[in-house]
Order: sequence, then C-alpha cells, then structure tokens
Amino acid sequence: MRKEEVYEHVKKALIEALAVDENEIKPESTLIGDLGAESIDILDIVFQLEKMLGIKIERGELVPEDVANDKEGKFVQDNKLTALGIAEIKKRMPYANIEELEKNPMVANIKTILTVRDLCYMVESKVDIEP
Amino acid sequence: MHWYWIDRITVFESQNRAESIKVVSLGEDHLHDHFPYFPVMPASLIIEGIAQTAGLLLYEAKGYKEKVVLAKIPRFTLFNVEVKPGEVLTYKVKLESVREDGGVASVWAYRENELLAEGELMFAHLGGNFADQSLFADGDMIDMMRLFRVFEVGVDATGKKLIPPDIKNK
Repeated sequence: MRKEEVYEHVKKALIEALAVDENEIKPESTLIGDLGAESIDILDIVFQLEKMLGIKIERGELVPEDVANDKEGKFVQDNKLTALGIAEIKKRMPYANIEELEKNPMVANIKTILTVRDLCYMVESKVDIEP
Repeated sequence: MHWYWIDRITVFESQNRAESIKVVSLGEDHLHDHFPYFPVMPASLIIEGIAQTAGLLLYEAKGYKEKVVLAKIPRFTLFNVEVKPGEVLTYKVKLESVREDGGVASVWAYRENELLAEGELMFAHLGGNFADQSLFADGDMIDMMRLFRVFEVGVDATGKKLIPPDIKNK
C-alpha cells in the first residue's frame, strides 16, 4: 500500500467517526482540537481502521497510555510529564506537536496533540508500505 | 423504578452473539407519556434494550470485570418506529470487536420478520477516574443476567453451558 492510500483510509475513518467534511482534514489537524474528536471517538476511529484494513491496533498504541499512567515518577510527576516523559512521547509520537506539550506538559494534554499525521504514521507501521 | 428494557435473553453465545425479546405492554407507563392517547414504544428505549443485550454480552466476554457503558451510537437507522402494545420485539446483537478499552457490536431490531432498526453500538470500559468507583454493588450485573435468564440459555466460547461466576452481592 502506498502512503497516499493510507492517508485516504485515515480520512475515510475520520469522516465516518467524526462526521467532518473531507476538506476539514489536513495532515497537521489535531484530532481533538481541530476535528472535535472526543475520547470515545478515538476508539471509533481505531475500530474503523481495523475493519477497513484488517489490522489490529492495541490499546495505548495511538496514545502511549503506559507513559501517561506511569506511577513510578519516571515519566510523570504531579500529573505533569517529566523531561524523560516528554522525550518518550516524542519518540512514540514522532509527528505530534511536542512544542505545545513542552509549554504545558500536563498528562491530559498528550491526547490533544495527536494529529492526522500521527494516525497515518501508526497505520503505516501496520501495513506493507510500497516505496 | 426498574431499568429493564428487555424481558428475556433467548440466545447468548459468549464472545459472539446474543438475542433478546421485549414484550410491549399497555401497562407500561412510558407508552402513555410519549404521545398521549397514541401509545408507541419510544425509539430511545428500543436502543436501550439493545444496549442492555449487547452490554451484558461484552461484560461476560471480558470476564465480568469491566464497567461497561454505552458510549457512542456511531451508526443507527430506524426503519419503522411505531411499535405498539401487544407486539414483541426481538433484538439481535453481534460483537464485532472486544478490546481492552471497550467494544463494538452490530445490532438489529425485528418485529417478527420485519427489520425495524439496524446499527452499531460502541461501549467503553470505564477506567481513569472511574476505575476505582463502584457503579453498582458487586453481583448486581450477575443478578440482572439471572433475571434475563442468560444462564438458562447461555453457552461459553466452546459451546458448553455458561456457568454463573462466583460473585456475591454485597
């Protein structure tokens, strides 16, 4: 599958799950801020993609919940991401707007920086991408 | 007030599908409150009955451990909503996805062979701030399954009779 096709599938899933217009969706759009997704919509988007592409997306793959729920104080302290936590998020969500997260590193903000491009990146890791 | 929107579960195949029936009676108050002198079953309560059927199937599929709540109705079409007293509805549900964070079921409602509604329901397992809170007393959901006679008809994933779990009501 080509990357353009992945993007088309992701767009289709977003249109289905969020009832947004195709022209509202840009690679850099954030799911929650720009496209109005709520937490449960993320589950809907994941389900749509699994159904469309026959892939399996486990809990926490899209938004690294193990980082967000860290109780050891390594990644999270007082509900805020530590420097290590931000570095880990950067590694796991390479296209996300980390600058925004650095400005306000509250754990709850991890979800809000998730973009359409992140979604494509995650799907690309699950399918064979043609060069 | 009881919040039971089905009368009996007639098919319960663990991790797969279930069917239930709802007998609509003129004695039910909600029929008189919806449209005075025109007793019809509110469509929202048809959805509630379907959700109870699918929600219990998901609850059992996850080992009776999760707090299952109806979280979204992504797709749902009602073809005919004039369900009247004396009629019997059959709800059919099929689990499409069972995940750590929730599940999705395809659902249908029939009046005899007439398709009244079809769609998809999405359930979430309450976690986060709700993870440690009790929505119901332990055993309430199992009691509900007994009331709906799930354990009379239910089979597990291998086709063997479904045994009620040992969860005591507090």
